[in-house]
Amino acid sequence: MKDQLIIGGQSVTSRLFLGTGKFSSHVIIPEVIRAAGAQVITVAVRRFDPDNPRENIVNHIPDGCILMPNTSGARTAEEAIRIARLARAAGCGNWIKIEVISDAKYLLPDNMETIKATEVLAAEGFVVLPYMSPDLMAAKKLAQAGAAAVMPLGAPIGSNRGLKTKELIRVLIEEISVPIIVDAGIGRPSEAAEAMEMGAAAVLVNTAVATAGDPVAMAQAFGLAVSAGRRAYLAEPEDRKRYASASSPLTGFLYGDSMKSEG
Amino acid sequence: MSIHHVIEQYKDFDIQAYFARITDRQIASAVNKEEMTLLDYLTLLSPKAEAYLEEMAQKAHRLTIKRFGRTILLYTPLYLANYCVNHCIYCGFHSGNKIDRKKLRLEEVEAEAQIIAQTGLKHLIILTGESRQHSPVSYIKDCVAVLRKYFTSISIEIYPMEQEEYTELAGAGVDGVTIYQEVYDQERYEQLHLAGPKRNYFYRLDAPERACRAGVRTVNIGALLGLADWRREAFLTGAHAAYLQQNYLDVEVSISPPRMRPHQGGFLPDAEVSDKNLVQYVLAYRLFMPASGITLSTREPAALRNHLLKLGITKMSAGSCTAVGGHSEHNSVSQFEISDGRNVAEMAAMLSRQGYQPVYKDWQLW
Repeated sequence: MKDQLIIGGQSVTSRLFLGTGKFSSHVIIPEVIRAAGAQVITVAVRRFDPDNPRENIVNHIPDGCILMPNTSGARTAEEAIRIARLARAAGCGNWIKIEVISDAKYLLPDNMETIKATEVLAAEGFVVLPYMSPDLMAAKKLAQAGAAAVMPLGAPIGSNRGLKTKELIRVLIEEISVPIIVDAGIGRPSEAAEAMEMGAAAVLVNTAVATAGDPVAMAQAFGLAVSAGRRAYLAEPEDRKRYASASSPLTGFLYGDSMKSEG
Repeated sequence: MSIHHVIEQYKDFDIQAYFARITDRQIASAVNKEEMTLLDYLTLLSPKAEAYLEEMAQKAHRLTIKRFGRTILLYTPLYLANYCVNHCIYCGFHSGNKIDRKKLRLEEVEAEAQIIAQTGLKHLIILTGESRQHSPVSYIKDCVAVLRKYFTSISIEIYPMEQEEYTELAGAGVDGVTIYQEVYDQERYEQLHLAGPKRNYFYRLDAPERACRAGVRTVNIGALLGLADWRREAFLTGAHAAYLQQNYLDVEVSISPPRMRPHQGGFLPDAEVSDKNLVQYVLAYRLFMPASGITLSTREPAALRNHLLKLGITKMSAGSCTAVGGHSEHNSVSQFEISDGRNVAEMAAMLSRQGYQPVYKDWQLW
């Protein structure tokens, strides 16, 4: 069976999503995207600049990519909603990554405001991908509100600390019906691979690529790591199937099997 | 707990005695910490820490890129009026100076806006002298209504206001407030501000907090370096910024480290602040407050700005003019002489050459 990721009814070719906000120049972005093999690209609406075509980041995203505008800078649901509508009015499609952050120090998301914004924007027909702190109840509410995927953080944005919230993300992967995309905190390809091995549907990386000495090479490394992690997940690693299909049943005696060995 | 308590707490703190006791070990430990305390910050502002500038610079550079990316936000000032009722002896616009006073009419505001907008900038800071009679809040609001057509982020650098007034301006589209205490040393403050409402040290000190409460997005504070002992001023600016960040987590708190510049009226700074001092301040602050912005204006010369931008700066002005109406006519009196006369395109080209993305637009809500 083909391993497909479907978000908002759309089939996505790559499970590595890329951010664009921290590069030294827009010119490098197409190269980075190609090297990563990425398709879904997030761009902050605050950086859209249609009056200035050369500087407008949107003009540097290659054809064939899925643009996922984000509401970076929003401090409330109301601001996130306004920003999402600006993105749609600017002709940037109907995907929206909701970021509601009222913490300028750690940049941790406000789950309650995020849920409110998700309800409104999903009802308006947006494909909503909310960035959130990995909390089971919040994730359930987001899915109920119509989120097309849920994007828990691995660690605070830009921290490159890795999958610090691993156990909480694992719970979301088990319990939430929509795709779980690990967003923020991933600093190394090995951490991206780990998230994928756990069963994350995709990962989003920005800082780790943009601030690497060679962003293009790092993008490629992340692309490979995400594919490898996904394949490993599909191959059912030993530690995951241990409980699923034990090689010698412990309860076989109930059905007459163990009597033989005893005798 | 208010900022008053913080200032009060350090009023009689003997900084020189603290500096005298600092060991190399303490400095090295402060540089390597992930979360520095206020006293670690003071340690890095000490004369002894000058021997550690390179280590501090390496870390400051890394921290800044991690948090803000390889980007520098560009903005420019627009002077709306230079009527002023204060007498600050270091300022070219003070009430005792016999200069041509001017206030832009809304058509003139629009003309200036059009010229600036051609550069591609979307972030503007508007300035006036302190005169509620000539530049009342209603006038600022009218100007903002004109400027919204051309810019997506408008900050103000005007007289301190009541919280309700900040709320009113935030509602009109003002998203940032810059207000410098100028001098944190209260005694020195009183010597330098001879007349006008600005003599009220604490009303000004509380202004950034009133702006935070009013819901603005960014608050930028600073001490004007050269008016008092810079190490103490840098320390108290950092303490003020940390206080605001801790209490108003939803506000982006940033600082500027402006140094005194020549101006009409001829006051000369009595506490010299060298390039090395300025670098130490920027580095120590970046290590202490990794999430905070640092703004560098055209008060500093081009060559120095080119070097400083890698040490923790996040925002730079370009194509600046400190005279009222100076973008469309060139014979008005400036508040101070700028040192870096590069236009926006030249600044952007310099940033690109240095491996930084010049950011023209980083906010939009309309």
